[in-house]
Formats: sequence, structure tokens, C-alpha cells
Amino acid sequence: MLEEVFRDQWGRVFAALVSFLGDVGLAEEAAQEAFVIAAERWARDGLPDNPGAWLVVTGRNRAIDRLRRDRTRAEKTRLLDRPLPEEITMDETTIPDERLELFFMCCHPALATEAQVALTLRALGGLSTPEIARAFLVNDETMKRRLSRARNKIRAAAIPFAIPDEHLLPSRLSAVLAVLYLVFNQGYGDSRADLAAEAIRLGRTLLDLMPDEPEAAALLALMLLHDSRRAARVCDGEMILLQDQDRRLWNTAQLEEGRALLDRAVRSGASGTYTVQAAIAELQTEERIDWPAVAALYDRLRQLTGSAVVELNRAVAIAEVEGPRAALAIVDALHLDDYRYFHSTRAELLRRLGDTAAARAAYLGALDLATTEAERRFLSRRLAEL
Amino acid sequence: MRYALLINERPGAYEGLSEDQRAAISAEYIALMKDERMLGGERLQPADTATTVRVQNGEPLLTDGPFADTKEIFGGFYIVEASDLDSALELAARIPAARFGGSVEVRPLVEL
Repeated sequence: MLEEVFRDQWGRVFAALVSFLGDVGLAEEAAQEAFVIAAERWARDGLPDNPGAWLVVTGRNRAIDRLRRDRTRAEKTRLLDRPLPEEITMDETTIPDERLELFFMCCHPALATEAQVALTLRALGGLSTPEIARAFLVNDETMKRRLSRARNKIRAAAIPFAIPDEHLLPSRLSAVLAVLYLVFNQGYGDSRADLAAEAIRLGRTLLDLMPDEPEAAALLALMLLHDSRRAARVCDGEMILLQDQDRRLWNTAQLEEGRALLDRAVRSGASGTYTVQAAIAELQTEERIDWPAVAALYDRLRQLTGSAVVELNRAVAIAEVEGPRAALAIVDALHLDDYRYFHSTRAELLRRLGDTAAARAAYLGALDLATTEAERRFLSRRLAEL
Repeated sequence: MRYALLINERPGAYEGLSEDQRAAISAEYIALMKDERMLGGERLQPADTATTVRVQNGEPLLTDGPFADTKEIFGGFYIVEASDLDSALELAARIPAARFGGSVEVRPLVEL
């Protein structure tokens, strides 16, 4: 119960403290202290009327106490620019929601992508450093250093805690969306479902904060549509292709929500990469897939991104429309030798064309690059069936 | 916040430009100097006028030329006073060298 309140409140409390203290490191300490005190006190006395405000006020007062004791540190923060406030008490209405500022600060392009991801999960998701380390398969010490280096750069270079100016907003927003999608994809394809769930949670928060941003709606739609098929994607430890999935295992609530959000994005004029990808994901949940439409959307996506991986996916749709030979011609023109789905797609097309020897070689190439046990099992079975 | 904008130029970046084009680029640099955030800046002589000094066993060791041969040569710097990194980055992006194959490194100064 308390844990749920903490997760709900962390981002807002952290944002308010960054805003007040002008320093992410101080805000982190203050927020942690406030949550520790809350855990003790709330377990004994019950929840306060307004947990968020309580946490912010407690965090602020703790930070002020600490700064009074440690003036040299205070000098390094904005707090000395104005007189140190006395003990603060306030009601909720005076605590603004500054999580959007926090999103833009954490995802500032002056920070390396991996730092953006880690900071966002820490600051807005409330994940602990060890949790983030585990999710990205690095040790705690490495993640600790990554976060502390990022916090230090924010402080030293004065990366703004602000919503970017109008002319910067589109590119800065796409950086935020890219971070969320990266988190989602880190949790996709293996058992780290919690990361996908976290990305969806962050996507909801972002859309709440920017309800008129169609690409934010499209990204959330995309994540929900993909995630709705999670339970059907692996059966008995083996990867299951879309057409063979048991649709009864699909999460219909997520599916419906994803469709509605996509609709909302399209109606407000969205046409960016997330919209196109969500539209493709949506088409692929139909009983009868409209492959010419899927191919056309991949074509659009290729124009937007220039990505060879997108072209590979277009080939899969083309195989359904024009047959495997036309698709293979597209695939063979790509330079994606290090990409496992390049080999598995080729293998599938060659199999359909009856070229067993070439298909076998391609499946072996895919097997070499497979990253999960479920993929390996799937590919091994395909090989055996040749 | 004070930042240094360190300008690295691609050697020969301005070769083959007409007088007018060169004048236009100079005008951009002059306009930058007039920005209210600008505290100062200097342009360096070409790298082949450089002498590099190292001290080994108390003896200065001199080398003709810059520290290392690189694709970009440090050509000058500005010191600016900006409210935050975005403001400094905006100035940096207006420096012509950045779009002529060079780059601008933005570094906050140590404030004592």
C-alpha cells in the first residue's frame, strides 16, 4: 500500500524538490530522506491528508536543515541566491506539477542516451539504482557512476529544468519519446516485463502532462498495442509468430485503449514515426491482416526514417502481397548481416521458395545471433522442420 | 553561468569561397561578438605558427607545430555569459565553423 503511494508520488515530489533546490543531487537526497521518514511515520499514524504535499514539505525542510549545517555546499546551489526560507508549511494547491520540466531535463540531448534513460527511470519512474542496473545488465557500481556523472553534468553545465522554447520543443519532445520507447524495447522480447510496464506508466504520465501532443498519444498507443500481445508471444518457452498466436491470450483492455489512443492521435493530425508504427501494430491485430496497407505504411515509415530494418519489415509485408520472390529481392539488397531478423526473414522466404539448403544456412545464421532462449527454440524447430 | 565556446575548424574549410562569401562569414562572426551574452573571444593564428612545449626532467622540450595532427584544428574561442546550457548552445550553433566541417565544444567555466 505504502509502496504504491510512494511510486505514485515519487516523480512529483522529486520534480518539486529539484525546482526548489535547483540541484538534482540535493533533491535526490532530500526526496529519499522524506520517503524514509514517511515510511516510519505513516505506518504508525496513517496516511496524511495530502501525501504528496507532506513529502515535498518534509523534503524541503530536511534539505534546508542540511544546507544550514553545510554552507559550502549551499554555495554551490541556487539556494544562496535568495535568503534561506524558514520552515515551510503549505497546502497542496501551492505545489505545482513540474514533472514535465523534469522529463525535459533528464532527456536533454547534451546527455548521452544511456544517461537520459537511467535518469528518467530514477527521477520519474522512482526505480532504485540497483533496479536500473539490473534492467540494463550492468553492475550497480557502473550504474551509480553513470547516474552521478549525469547529475554532475546537469549541475556543472546548467542543463535547464524547464520546458523548452517553442522552436526547440519538437526535437526535445522526440528525445523524450525516444527514451520511453527505448525503455519499452529493453523490456520487450524477454521476461523483463516490468520495464515495459514502466515505459507505459511513464508514457501515461507524459500524455497527462501534454494531452495535445499527438505523437505522445501515438507512442503510448504503440506500446499498448505491442504489450497487449505479450502473453501470446511466448508459449512453452518458444517464440510464437503473430499469425500463430492464441488471440484469447491478448489483453483486450490494452488493445482497446491502444486503438482509441491511435484514433485520437490520427484525428489530431499526427503522422510521425510513432503514429505510423502504431497504425501498423493496429492493422496486425485485425482478424484478416490488410497486407497491402501494412506494406504502404512501412513504405511511409521508410521515408520518415531511412531505416534498413524498416525496409526488412516492408519485405515481410511484400511477401504476403506479391510473394516471397519479390520480398527476397528487397531483403537481399540490404546490408544487415549483424541483425538476427535479417537472417530469419531470409530463411523464411527461402523456405517458402523451396530452397532448403539456402534456408538452412540462413536459419543457422539467425541462430548464431539469437539473444533469447525463446528465439533459439523457435529457430531450432524451424531448422528441424526443413 | 559562464561558458567557453571552443571553436575547432576543418583545415581548408574556407578555401574556394568567393570574396563575398568570406565577407558574409566574417559578418556573422562580428554579429556574434555584438550579442549581449558575449564576454570576449579571440581568434588564433594558423596552427603552423604554433610551438608545443613539454617539460621533461626540468628541461623544456619544444616541438614545431600543434600538439597533434587532427582533422580539426583549434582556431579560437568565445567566453559567454548565458542563463543556462540551452542559451549557450544556441550561440554555439550560430558559429559558422560548426557548419563548415568543424565543431564547437561548449564547456562551463569553473566559478570560484
